[in-house]
Amino acid sequence: MARRATAPAVSTAVRQALSVAVATGLYGVSFGALSVVAGLDVPQTMALSLLMFSGGSQFAFIGVAGSGGSPGAAIATAALVGVRNALYGPQVAPLIDVTGPRRLLAAQLTIDESTAVGTAQRDPAAARAGFWWTGGGVFVLWNVFTLAGALLGNAAGDPRRYGLDAAAAAAFLGLVWPRLTNRAAQVVAGASVAVALVTTPVLPAGVPVLLAAAVAVVVGVAWRDGPTHPHGTALP
Amino acid sequence: MKGALLWFAVVAAGVATFAIKLVGHLVPRHWLAKPQVARVAALVTVALLSALVAVQAATSGGHVVVDSRLAGLAAAAVALLARAPFVVVVLVAAVVAALLRWAGLP
Repeated sequence: MARRATAPAVSTAVRQALSVAVATGLYGVSFGALSVVAGLDVPQTMALSLLMFSGGSQFAFIGVAGSGGSPGAAIATAALVGVRNALYGPQVAPLIDVTGPRRLLAAQLTIDESTAVGTAQRDPAAARAGFWWTGGGVFVLWNVFTLAGALLGNAAGDPRRYGLDAAAAAAFLGLVWPRLTNRAAQVVAGASVAVALVTTPVLPAGVPVLLAAAVAVVVGVAWRDGPTHPHGTALP
Repeated sequence: MKGALLWFAVVAAGVATFAIKLVGHLVPRHWLAKPQVARVAALVTVALLSALVAVQAATSGGHVVVDSRLAGLAAAAVALLARAPFVVVVLVAAVVAALLRWAGLP
């Protein structure tokens, strides 16, 4: 029975993967444009999408770099936003069961979307297809659309005139919005905004954002009924 | 940050982010599959992204600044409440801020 169910289950997973890849790839345009507005050139922007390949971390990097933060602050913020990807490994590894160089590829493709589509499948073959097609599809489209966005951003000129500084703030709001599903997350979000605004005038750029992470650790340890699932979003 | 220093930061952050993904695939499963770890990691992501909203929307050169960005952000929140897709949310913020600046606001 399970074997007979495989073929349709796999094609359903692949269809899901491709629709997620298109939706996610499209917002690579906004990353590419905002990255060049933040002061990165086109090759640096592409290096982020190819090497880092995790939307939240990439937006975090250009946010800190663009507001005058140090390399250390930008690296630390991007890495901390990416910590949730480490928690996807234990969910993904048993599904795909690969060794050697393919494991490195699987690790690079382990993001919110590929984990969500892969773990949502009941059939093992469909789970593998869901993970690889989503990871691979998002990788290709995310990079193509990043390039398109970066070239667009380069042509735009003064970013303030087109409201691109407001767009950067909206991008972070869009990334955090689906994660505000419980009380602990909402409290942490409010406290983080307050900490960032109060400490910005007195601390070097980038440090207020890192300080907010400390707030989260305190609340996370003290608050027992907080979120237990690291992904509540369809964004990378 | 510019030039070589910015390149260093881009590559180092990329390598760090990849290493974090790889760790998840290599360490024994029970090390990371703890509710406490998942809870703190989820909240750290929320904290960093929320702080970045505040810094991007309301600060400039180390000062708290109120300008058209906040109106753009409010419009983005309305778009999110209306379940608009990410790209639309970002565009709405840009258009509102651009219109206000065109009208002469800071």
